[in-house]
Amino acid sequence: MIKVLYFARLREQLGTAGEEIPSPAEPTTVADLAALLHRRGGVWSEVLAEGETILAAVNQEMARPETPVEDGDEVAFFPPVTGG
Amino acid sequence: MIDIRVQAEPFDIAAEQEGLWRGQPRVGALVTFVGLMRDMNQGDRVGRMLLEHYPGMTEKALLAIAEEADNRWDLQGIRVLHRVGDLRPQDPIVLVAVTSTHRGEAFRACEFLIDYLKTRAPFWKKEITDQGEHWVDSRTTDEAAARRWKQE
Repeated sequence: MIKVLYFARLREQLGTAGEEIPSPAEPTTVADLAALLHRRGGVWSEVLAEGETILAAVNQEMARPETPVEDGDEVAFFPPVTGG
Repeated sequence: MIDIRVQAEPFDIAAEQEGLWRGQPRVGALVTFVGLMRDMNQGDRVGRMLLEHYPGMTEKALLAIAEEADNRWDLQGIRVLHRVGDLRPQDPIVLVAVTSTHRGEAFRACEFLIDYLKTRAPFWKKEITDQGEHWVDSRTTDEAAARRWKQE
């Protein structure tokens, strides 16, 4: 399983703080996972639409679209950060 | 010595500063940045703010930023405190305090730390204004400020 977390505006728009997704059979990246979520349609395709700036982390480290995702990983999607 | 804290409770600026230098006679300079909550942002009166973070990753990201500062400058101590949860105007939100033997290192490290924190640590602000509530957008000026510290 892959643990997927959503924060801030994404969490509110998607109506969930996170979920467990079965690990795909083939090697997967952050971009693949985002595409899988986008294909759910509705609010998922709006929030993860092309042109939206969404950041991702894998196992609590900032990730890039090509970062690999493996079984047991924790993947988070969130908007650009605004702390300080 | 690096001290990182993410907490809902308020903090005492003077006590946090003193904890960094008291009893350490080699410290010759203490530089502190404190970010405070304003009651106005882009023309709207802001009555409250909610600060969200990513427990676990936020602490790791702050530690990584502090370790980078520690490697780049000759420092005696680094303390980074960031509040989360419910905040009101005038509340201190963030404290970055750095000690060193001489002032130059502490000044530069402190500015680096807050510039990197603002663009790399997972925190998100939601403002509650007269016009309703909204998530604060990131600023390109913050990105530009962080880029200045990139090493060739």
